[in-house]
Amino acid sequence: MTQVNRLQGGLIDRNETISFRFDDRWMKGHPGDTLASALLANGVRLMGRSFKYHRPRGPLSAGSEEPNAIVALRTGARQEPNTRATTAELFDGLTARSQNRWPSLAFDALSINDRLSSFFAAGFYYKTFMWPAAFWEKLYEPMIRRAAGLGTLSLQPDPDSYDKGYLHCDVLIIGAGPAGLAAALTAGAAGLRVVLADEDPLPGGRLNAETFAMGQQAGHDWAAETAARLAAMPNVRLMTRTTVTGAFDHGVYGALERVSDHLPLPAEGKPRQILWRIYSARAILAAGATERPIVFENNDRPGIMLAGALRAYANRWAATPAQEIAVFTNNDDGHRTAWDLTAKGVTVAAVIDTRADAPKGTGYEVIAGGTVTGTSGRLGLKQIEVRDARGQRRRISCGALGVSGGWNPNVSLTCHQRGRPEWDADIHAFVPGGTLPDGMVVAGAAGGLFSTHAALHAGAEAAAAIAADLGKTASAPDLPQAEDTPVSITPFWHVAGAGRAWVDQQNDVTAKDIKLAHQENFTSVEHLKRYTTLGMATDQGKTSNMAGLAIMAEVAGKSIPEVGTTMFRPPYTPTAIGAFAGRSRGTEFRPTRKTPSHVWATEQGASFVEVGLWLRAQWFARPGETHWRETVDREVLQTRNAVGICDVTTLGKIDVQGSDAAEFMNMMYCNGFAKLPVGKTRYGLMLREDGIAMDDGTAARFAEDHYVVTTTTANAVPVYRHMEFVRQCLFPDMDVQLISTTEAWAQFAVAGPNSRKLLQKIVDPEHDISNEAFPFMACAEITVCGGLRARLFRISFSGEMAFEIAVPTRYGDALMRRMMAAGEEFGVVPYGTEALGVMRIEKGHAAGNELNGTTTALNLGMGRMVSKKKDSIGSKLSEREGLNEDDALKLVGFRPVDAQDTVPAGAHLMTRGSAIDAAHDQGYVTSACYSPNLGHHIGIGFLKSGDARMGEVLRLVSPLTGVDHEVEVVSAHFVDPEGDRLRA
Amino acid sequence: MLIDHPLLGPRDAAEFVYKGDGALIHRPDCLAEDALEAFIDYGYLRDNPAGTHRELWFHEQGDRSWLVVTRDTVTHEISRVELARDVARREGRSK
Amino acid sequence: MHDLEQITPLGAAEARVDTHGPVTLTEITDRALASVAARLGREDETVAILTDLLGIVPPAPARLAGEMLTAFWTGPDQWMIEAPLTTHEDLAEQLAGRSGAAMSVTEQTDAWCRFDLTGEGLPDVFERLCAADTRAFAGGEAQRTAIDHLGCFLICRAPRHISVLGPRSAAGSLHHALLTAMRSAH
Repeated sequence: MTQVNRLQGGLIDRNETISFRFDDRWMKGHPGDTLASALLANGVRLMGRSFKYHRPRGPLSAGSEEPNAIVALRTGARQEPNTRATTAELFDGLTARSQNRWPSLAFDALSINDRLSSFFAAGFYYKTFMWPAAFWEKLYEPMIRRAAGLGTLSLQPDPDSYDKGYLHCDVLIIGAGPAGLAAALTAGAAGLRVVLADEDPLPGGRLNAETFAMGQQAGHDWAAETAARLAAMPNVRLMTRTTVTGAFDHGVYGALERVSDHLPLPAEGKPRQILWRIYSARAILAAGATERPIVFENNDRPGIMLAGALRAYANRWAATPAQEIAVFTNNDDGHRTAWDLTAKGVTVAAVIDTRADAPKGTGYEVIAGGTVTGTSGRLGLKQIEVRDARGQRRRISCGALGVSGGWNPNVSLTCHQRGRPEWDADIHAFVPGGTLPDGMVVAGAAGGLFSTHAALHAGAEAAAAIAADLGKTASAPDLPQAEDTPVSITPFWHVAGAGRAWVDQQNDVTAKDIKLAHQENFTSVEHLKRYTTLGMATDQGKTSNMAGLAIMAEVAGKSIPEVGTTMFRPPYTPTAIGAFAGRSRGTEFRPTRKTPSHVWATEQGASFVEVGLWLRAQWFARPGETHWRETVDREVLQTRNAVGICDVTTLGKIDVQGSDAAEFMNMMYCNGFAKLPVGKTRYGLMLREDGIAMDDGTAARFAEDHYVVTTTTANAVPVYRHMEFVRQCLFPDMDVQLISTTEAWAQFAVAGPNSRKLLQKIVDPEHDISNEAFPFMACAEITVCGGLRARLFRISFSGEMAFEIAVPTRYGDALMRRMMAAGEEFGVVPYGTEALGVMRIEKGHAAGNELNGTTTALNLGMGRMVSKKKDSIGSKLSEREGLNEDDALKLVGFRPVDAQDTVPAGAHLMTRGSAIDAAHDQGYVTSACYSPNLGHHIGIGFLKSGDARMGEVLRLVSPLTGVDHEVEVVSAHFVDPEGDRLRA
Repeated sequence: MLIDHPLLGPRDAAEFVYKGDGALIHRPDCLAEDALEAFIDYGYLRDNPAGTHRELWFHEQGDRSWLVVTRDTVTHEISRVELARDVARREGRSK
Repeated sequence: MHDLEQITPLGAAEARVDTHGPVTLTEITDRALASVAARLGREDETVAILTDLLGIVPPAPARLAGEMLTAFWTGPDQWMIEAPLTTHEDLAEQLAGRSGAAMSVTEQTDAWCRFDLTGEGLPDVFERLCAADTRAFAGGEAQRTAIDHLGCFLICRAPRHISVLGPRSAAGSLHHALLTAMRSAH
């Protein structure tokens, strides 16, 4: 297959020929081509089917504004739907498929929609699929989705990786056209830290698409040379293939760099894309302008494109959609297309210029005061129908039509901080308004300056002003002589006619739809947009919004600025979700924290459970155990009968020091801490200021001015933050210093009747840990294993005689191994979080399920702990009436009446015989387990006036899971209610 | 957003944790006659201005300072940033 | 002397070293750390004690100072002291002994894992990891920031030598993030 429409010249590398596939056809192209330019060169104009009507479509543009040439790139897991062929860089072996057609692009069964178009006008879905309601989900939506023109996902995990990055600069320059390059030269020479970003792989902007001279050089040569100069400056970072997608507060910008999209595969270890967050002191928006079409009947046939795009394909990519073309314009710029394509040897059949005073053509006919009123050609343009100034109609054969309705400055980024563009009556376009994002200035075509000369100077001046503002001296760079043609345009938006004229080609919105919307009273531009979906496709209406506004203005009898624009929002161009996720996916979604005994536990074959970020051993199954319950029951019984060890390092630990430490502790906890003797530990309940329980734990006093507080695993960070708030914001003159020591100590619970015997082999003999010397709730700084400093606490979560022992974290692994060896003779067992949970439920200890953000000290059965003698956070609001009602929930235990029944957490309690509804709710079960000590299931939870209802039988219900059986209210202390074991 | 930390200079708002109204500094006296009323106001009644607002931000991924940030809730313009400890002292908080 | 074997934050007997391109990533396990915070009203005394200890005035916000013993700023009137582990295993105790209750001292040696990145092109690695402006680092910076959601200190000891201190329990995730960024950048 030959490249029938390949022209001479261009910026492609003809020394190399590469192969690519579109649908079933392999073709040839060159490095430097886009998929669209290569397809055009190969004689392919038809690239897709439209969204709603399945109309045959080809590219409208040569850039990121493309609405039509939307394809699926690559295959397998890397398949990427809805990608613009106009920006996809060609590489050897690229495969692309057209979308929204079946069985083939040329013959598409659903093009029947096009014949039924009168049924599919604006608001069709809203009106038609209203009823019956049940049909929507089951019938209408799936049907519409199948018919609608979006590509499909591979449904496989994305094999590529994405990075997130952070850049800092004095000035961010957005766009590397003439304005951006001149700005970068100036700012770079002034010594500013510059980031120059452009979405294109090739710096230069329109200089690469036009035939302008820059002094003695071709424009694209000047651009290449300037880019090379900038790349050599250490303070300038030239980023190609990088789209600045959003302007955020305080000079922060988002930018997407496509690192590997132009390659068959990303290199080893390299990301596909990087989402950059750019911190800039100033920014220069030099994003250029986008050409806009004129709307006329059947203006969507493949081969009809923007005049500037025709030029870009010819000049940059040496490609043309056809050997015979025509141009339809309302401004002088359209004539450039005729000149340039003529120069490339393409026949220009005519230039239809809506202006009566159109300039004369050289080598082609100009139809002044003419309009294009229709077109023909089923799968591509064959002929246009023209009406001249006298109203005479004629047909002109051509395979392509370049349309120019003028140019729109790319104002999008100026509006991301709610700026509104303003109408410039000289160029008949919106230009950036008065309120720009912090630190942004606009230069060149983005600001409505359409000549190359003006762009160069605006860029240089903007950069010089910024340099001066930032205390640097800038000298004007040596800028070449450049084209300086004034804009000559007479606005013309829409050729009136009876047939369908396409405004938004990606969403298949016609001029008629806009009129219909107006008739139905959608007169606000934002309503118009949502009703018709104008500008809501992936191209965000870059080529369609302006014509839509103009038609709306026309039917409303208003001016365009009176109609106004819709809001521009980030991202500027579609951005892969993967780029926003970055590396945070799968197991790397968030970091993993490992306990000091993790290596040891892995060796033991432990099963792990995620607790927040932590991985904790859940249980340690032994060979032959077939069910986790079997393992957990064993761990519980062996701990209660002998001794068990559990890694409890994950509990938060906060060091509280200072001469006011005691006073501070009294403020943080609802119960008193000031009188806690040195060498003792106490349970503390921390309330939120609104009186709800926030966290609990033990605090040990190691010195008059030194406490070590423990928090629950989940609340370590919020509790520390809360303590700092109290210290810095409420009591700034308290002498207290805080620091987290969670990670510094490996801490193990050693629980069970043999725990002391085990520890006596570990703790150095000079430290007496007998019950007399080291009673329940004692704490001490000791040494172990011949001199290693350690901390010992006589505290118990299991209800057994128990200790917690802490050593510097790096010795945690060794201590675990040593204790397991030392405990062998005493029947030691390691236990995991599940056994820990069973033992605490058997003991009726509250944990996260009970401290669930709705419960108070009163609910938890600790109402009397809230000291009235002192101020503490939450004490006053815990006196609120609503928290102290007579039938307040109280923490109690539950035992199934039929011992075979479970007591599932989350189930609700109802009085026997009452209705099962929220109004009769008596409470709910928070934690439940099978108790191997009692031989049946147990639960704890909250029951109205629960402490006064011991022995009552209630119905436990869970309508969702079908639970409905009887439980008896019992004390939550199922095991050793008197606490004798603790004190043994 | 960037918060111009009084000690560390401009830092990304992502490093901070937001708490809310700076008025939370003014915790009532628990032992006063009308303490419950005062705490209910303190706990539940907040201004929610469209405009200048004094807010508490915690530099969690930084130096652990609480800051009082004066921010326009409409434009996000930040006009003043102070260490909350300094503000609290100035406004009469002590021990 | 006790006879317990220590393991590294990455869970091995020996510290890990990885090299990719121009950057070497080394797990550092031979440093003792202790936090000191001035008691209220005793800030000057604390500065004097630290000046005596370090031989230099303790560093300003977000800075590092010292030679044999080094200190970096961690918060208002608060510093982290670094010392060789072999001579200062009990660093916190030594400091507390000198403080005369002018400052609160807390052992932090095992609270942190430390990875040192050395070589050319470190900013290319760090700009894929965190918001810190490491390209502007000239040596002596000590900035706390988030890497892979983890609160970390970046300590610039020299332009081609940056330490990352992160929570010890997340050493594996942090190491993975650093190595991934090295492979991405170089």
